[in-house]
Amino acid sequence: MALEQTQAAANKKLALKLVWIIAGALLFAFALVPLYDVICSVTGLNGKTKNTAESASKAVVDLQREVTVQFVSSVMPGLGWNFYPKQASMVVHPGQVTTVMFEAKNITSVEVAGQAIPSVTPGKASAHLKKIECFCFVRQTLKPGEVKALPLRFFVSAELPKDVQEMTLSYSFFPASQ
Amino acid sequence: MSTTTVAHHDEHHDDHPTGIMRWLTTTNHKDIGTMYLTFSLVMFLVGGSMILGIRAELFKPGLQLMNPEFFNQLIGVHALIMIFAALMPAATGFANWMLPLQIGAPDMALPRLNNWGFWILPPSAILLTLPFTLALFGVGDGALATGWTFYPPLSVQGGIGVDFAIFAVHLLGISSVLGSINIIVTIYNMRAPGMTLMKMPMFAWGWLITAFLLIATIPVLAGAVTMLLTDRHFGTHFFDAAGGGDPIMFQHLFWFFGHPEVYILLLPVWGFIPQILQTFSRKPMYGYKAQVYSLWAIGALAVVVWAHHFFTAGMPVPALLYFMYSTMAISLPLAVLFYCWIRTMWKGSMSFETPMLFTVGWIILFGIGGLTGLVLADVAADAQYHNSYFVVAHFHYTLFAGGIMGIMAGVYYWLPKMTGHMYNEKLGKTHFWLTAISFNVTFIPQFFVGLAGMPRRIPDYALQFAEFNMISTVGAFVLGLSQLLFVYIIISCVKGGKKATDKVWEGAQGLEWTLSSPPPYHSFTEQPVVK
Repeated sequence: MALEQTQAAANKKLALKLVWIIAGALLFAFALVPLYDVICSVTGLNGKTKNTAESASKAVVDLQREVTVQFVSSVMPGLGWNFYPKQASMVVHPGQVTTVMFEAKNITSVEVAGQAIPSVTPGKASAHLKKIECFCFVRQTLKPGEVKALPLRFFVSAELPKDVQEMTLSYSFFPASQ
Repeated sequence: MSTTTVAHHDEHHDDHPTGIMRWLTTTNHKDIGTMYLTFSLVMFLVGGSMILGIRAELFKPGLQLMNPEFFNQLIGVHALIMIFAALMPAATGFANWMLPLQIGAPDMALPRLNNWGFWILPPSAILLTLPFTLALFGVGDGALATGWTFYPPLSVQGGIGVDFAIFAVHLLGISSVLGSINIIVTIYNMRAPGMTLMKMPMFAWGWLITAFLLIATIPVLAGAVTMLLTDRHFGTHFFDAAGGGDPIMFQHLFWFFGHPEVYILLLPVWGFIPQILQTFSRKPMYGYKAQVYSLWAIGALAVVVWAHHFFTAGMPVPALLYFMYSTMAISLPLAVLFYCWIRTMWKGSMSFETPMLFTVGWIILFGIGGLTGLVLADVAADAQYHNSYFVVAHFHYTLFAGGIMGIMAGVYYWLPKMTGHMYNEKLGKTHFWLTAISFNVTFIPQFFVGLAGMPRRIPDYALQFAEFNMISTVGAFVLGLSQLLFVYIIISCVKGGKKATDKVWEGAQGLEWTLSSPPPYHSFTEQPVVK
């Protein structure tokens, strides 16, 4: 019978060790969140751009190269806006500072705020889209029926990988609380 | 427990409460195994009838029987039930019944934990299906309608069905983690003297690796659905792009669990398939060591290939290539396993009782599932196949043929040992042929409509797919109804039938066949010595 008790104690000991593995795996799941963010900002995996203003003086214009930048817009459910870029695409030289206009219109009868979230495809180009001035840096508030012109001043950095000839910049407007 | 009570307990072997209290309070591995297997069979029929609703709707193009929301709910809950409430409990049920017998242990190592592990399951099955009933009374808008994968943003916007499913997954996860702890401890600590790890039956190996995969990945799923829950109700933004989160991250978290889950479902089957093969080929299994190492290799590769489930979600090319090559690498150890299985039969003195029929059919059909998986792993081809019926057909070849038909082989193989009666061999063979043929009639057409571009999880389809869907629906109904025969065979075998011998099968090898059929309530109280 003493044997049976040592057996039970050994079982309990191993079971507790396995509980630690489980706790570790749970911790790992939550640790993956910041890890994912770090990997994405290093590799541009999820197409997120930096949401801070760059200064234009960094720009070195490479007149030998042309890059097509396309603009896509969408409005998420819950936000009663029309939102679109004034031009679908433009051809720029890396380093050349360009302005593109978007337009948003509140088609509801209440004042609403929205936040634009950018995304760049292909992902590896996302770090090379430098914004000097953008309507996405702050929340936009529109009165009922108000139409607002939303400018974006940006340049494509000269370090953009050579095989990227086209990139797409997408903006999604999400409803934001005031 | 004091020494005297232990001794006292040992003298009264078969003492246990009767009626419902026996089942509620039991800590006996055979009782708990029986409960797991029964629960699994019931849920198999529940999940099956849900999909028959789907197939009935898809019999003709257009919407006839149900609205698209209900269609989506049936699809998601069907998958969750089949995976978590039918396949996994079936494998755990066999582990409870057979592992202690196979390794010469008196019981599972942690019997109370074992009881709790099982009794968490019925409440979670109720949680999963309750929203259907609630919707009938005007509460909420029905069950989870996102498919079993819970992808945000849809799952963040969904109704109360999503919350119910999240809690159900938590409970199911706890249950399988408890089961895994128990199995690992049993295998490490409770083996009979002389049974080294490399002398263990293959089923024990399959389950040991499964259990490790479970405790490493189920917590990640639990974490992911918890984040979903806080996103839904507590204002976090893990997966909400507006708040700086990323919906794609959910796909990474989900499939970090989801891909190993495929092997969690299959590894126990890969364990007992070689045992059935050696029994009915009347020779020892070929390449025991090679099989053990292959199982480990597959278990290790399983956790590093997850992103092949969403190639089309957008990834840098080097990542695509890595996930493609590593996924394809899994076919190497799997090819070793196939070779060993076939070599076990080679020049054997084979006979084809029902378990062997299911096993041989299993090898062929699971082979088709594996090969079509290789096609899906190809990044370039996957762009066309992704989210089409080709994928549906592929994973049913692996999970219905590879999973459920494997489990059925195990049921026929061990049923005489568990009940002490032989099942009706003629009906068993009929059940096999009905299942194998109707399964193919159901799913072969889906490969073709998938290649032609029919998307999955959509209640309506283009006219050009009408004939193949009609064939598929007819096949599905035959397949579903054939399973009633399976239920009848099991019930009549439990009730009576020809007395089974202790060895049951002429070529049976292993400790479980040295016990009487059915084995005594407490077995191996004196551990056998393995030479």
